[in-house]
Amino acid sequence: MKVLDSAVPVACWSCSIGHNDSTLFCPHCSKIQPPPGGDYYSVFNLQPRLDLDLPALEQEFHRLSRRLHPDRFARALVNEKEWSLADTALLNDAYRTLRDPLRRTEYLLKLEGLEIGEESAADRKDRKDPSRVPADLLEEVFDLNMQLEEMRMARRIGEADPALQAGLSEAKARFAGMMQAVDQDLRAEWIIWDAGDAKARQDAQKRMVALLDRRRYLSNLVRDVTETLGA
Amino acid sequence: MAEGRVVGIDLGTTNSLVAYMEGDAPVVIPGVDGSHLVPSVVALDPISAGGGRPTVTVGNSARKVLIQTPERVVYSVKRLMGRGLEEIQSELKLFPFRLADDVEAGEVPRIQLGELKFTPPEISAYILRQLKRNAERFFGAPLTQAVITVPAYFNDAQRQATRDAGRMAGLDVLRLVNEPTAAALAYGLDRAKVGTIAVYDFGGGTFDISILKLRDGIFEVQSTNGDTHLGGDDIDNLLSAIALDEIYAEHGVDLRSHPGAVQAVRKAAIEAKIKLSTEQAAHFDLELPNGDRYQREIPRAVFELLIEPVLERTAGPCRQAITDAGLTPEDIDEVVLVGGSTRIPAVRQLVDDIFHLAARGKKPHTELNPDEVVALGAAVQADILAGASKSTEKMLLLDVTPLSLGIEALGGTVARIIQRNSTIPASATEHFTTGVDGQTNVAIHVVQGERELATDCRSLARFDLKGIPPMSAGLPRIEVKFLIDADGILKVSAREQRSGQAAKIEVKPTYGLTDEQVESMILDSFDHAEDDFAKRLLIEARNEAETILAAVERAPGSPAWKQLTAEEQASIEMARNHLNAVKQGEDSSLIRNATLTLDQATRRFAELMMEAAVTTAIRGKTMDAAGEEMGDSVTAPHAMAPAEFK
Repeated sequence: MKVLDSAVPVACWSCSIGHNDSTLFCPHCSKIQPPPGGDYYSVFNLQPRLDLDLPALEQEFHRLSRRLHPDRFARALVNEKEWSLADTALLNDAYRTLRDPLRRTEYLLKLEGLEIGEESAADRKDRKDPSRVPADLLEEVFDLNMQLEEMRMARRIGEADPALQAGLSEAKARFAGMMQAVDQDLRAEWIIWDAGDAKARQDAQKRMVALLDRRRYLSNLVRDVTETLGA
Repeated sequence: MAEGRVVGIDLGTTNSLVAYMEGDAPVVIPGVDGSHLVPSVVALDPISAGGGRPTVTVGNSARKVLIQTPERVVYSVKRLMGRGLEEIQSELKLFPFRLADDVEAGEVPRIQLGELKFTPPEISAYILRQLKRNAERFFGAPLTQAVITVPAYFNDAQRQATRDAGRMAGLDVLRLVNEPTAAALAYGLDRAKVGTIAVYDFGGGTFDISILKLRDGIFEVQSTNGDTHLGGDDIDNLLSAIALDEIYAEHGVDLRSHPGAVQAVRKAAIEAKIKLSTEQAAHFDLELPNGDRYQREIPRAVFELLIEPVLERTAGPCRQAITDAGLTPEDIDEVVLVGGSTRIPAVRQLVDDIFHLAARGKKPHTELNPDEVVALGAAVQADILAGASKSTEKMLLLDVTPLSLGIEALGGTVARIIQRNSTIPASATEHFTTGVDGQTNVAIHVVQGERELATDCRSLARFDLKGIPPMSAGLPRIEVKFLIDADGILKVSAREQRSGQAAKIEVKPTYGLTDEQVESMILDSFDHAEDDFAKRLLIEARNEAETILAAVERAPGSPAWKQLTAEEQASIEMARNHLNAVKQGEDSSLIRNATLTLDQATRRFAELMMEAAVTTAIRGKTMDAAGEEMGDSVTAPHAMAPAEFK
């Protein structure tokens, strides 16, 4: 990940006047430039932050799309076509990441050098490993796994168990509620991070990493229950 | 020539069309016979002109010879585009085509047509070339650039095959546009809409659903889903199968062994289907070989019950698309219906149920002809790309990739790198390293699909990263960039970061042709001789004249000829003599008009020939006997016979 403000001077391919490489268009002749250095925020001319004005982000996305999209360069020079493609991919990747609250939070934490684990298929199998279960959920997750197992068993032998089904639906709603609580907590951390100094930010980051872990865990539980109920 | 016109082409399963923007409205370009639709049927002419490329006819004229020489005709080739040998086995059971017997696993399948073999992109190229010629004739100028539509749910290989076909036809394909998105463009052109729309596109062979957000001329696709093997064909096959079963059960006649008869039943099924869109009942009335009649009334309610499972298969993708867009049915402001199958009232009812339309006092949009709307939208996109017009300068289409892109990881699981419904172009960067000291190659298997195991997804390509500097295991850091372009096609580049060397990538597409193969399949060179356009038009006009004259020459030998009135025969004679007289001249438009006149004069004759062939077939006369009467062998393609395959 490149750092923001990589003010490497480059000469515009078209007008030859120098500019720094964090720009999509030449500030002098307005011609499209190769993908700039810098992070996803810099694509939108923003400083890294978590609480974003989404309608404004969308508006900027549309404005830039109109100028950068390959449809605008269908009959342009070969190099312009290539840069339009690369720049638009960067714009789309940036927008996709920044518009989504969780992706945005993960992205910012990664920019700050924190490791955010994405769960692999192998991790999924380890989920029942008690050491990976958030402590306050230990008992509930144990019960849930029992119920899920019973449910799968009942399905295998073709039996319906309305009580079990109701129990699982209730558990699902409870975990979904916990996810919403996590989202609220995350939002509170956003505000702290956006306004805070270096120390406040570091603390908020640590809490956000933990919240994201918890959220991922809950989201997987909900998915498991949904899959089992829907099977 | 680079700044010439750009047309929009709908390369359909059943029919294909070409359209362009005339001022600020898209219009379909008619063929020589005046019709908007060019049936996606390709026939190899019986007499190949001495060596070189064979003469090929496309469209209505190809459909006419379907009955005389089915072994030289191919249709619905779109269903075979970009697919592997093992994938098309079940597909081929529905068609009378034969594969060339020397096709090997891993190769692009080739279809045996008479004495020649063609890949699906080559067949499509002939259709595209016909549309290109229609447009050139219409404009009186060469055409080199086009936008071609594809089903939104087409995968990488299917898209690549379509691009290849364009190149073979001598077209610079500026963009592949998804069919439902094109339809949205056609609808969104005349009114400045704001809101969320769903496009339900149920055609001859494919089903797509796309959900778009419209705002200030930007058409932003939120999600898409579909089934590239679900369409009106499935309803026709279902009805035919039921009729054939009933005929066998009630009359003890097994028509399945008579290809012509099966085709006749299928024709009756299609007619019944179409009739049931406007009437409350349709009748089957077929005379059987033993003299019995198979008579059956199908009330609409029964028809609807029969086709419910087929229609229901469109509901799942719709619900998934709504969920993926993060919406509920109530959030969809408008629904646009595209494709011939949306004329069926039960389909409209299903759409109403899925999107809760009537309950909200809404109706789906059907103002534009569902057979033409995709081509019209493609013309709008062509105009956007040409960048020359006021009416489209504010419009921009932001489409998505329909399928997730992943890499096969250890243990055969899939690591997803680009999620489905990501706006394209989209990219992802991944890092790879070596597992053994001194290793200089790394193989990457790229797949498309939503399943967790690579074997359940569709293999897209195997990339071999070569020329990695020998280092200790795990030390090289190879950065691979995956980029899905605006056509939905994957591009890959790689770099070894420690040495800064650009790794050489060797791509082995799992399905598809190499560049060299495509190059060798480019259709006849005179298509590229743009320098002498007039001469080319003349050659084409003469070829068309010769084709129809040869057919008319054989006409008096057929029984259908005797059914014509003396007047009709005389007018054919006159048109024929006129064409014979002008065809040696240098005026291509004169020849073309004379050809058209002869074509019109023989229209009823052609219909009689078709009917005669079908009746003969169903009455159970042997094919040979029927062939003698017709002066040609009569068999017809049909839906149910298994394809011959080795």
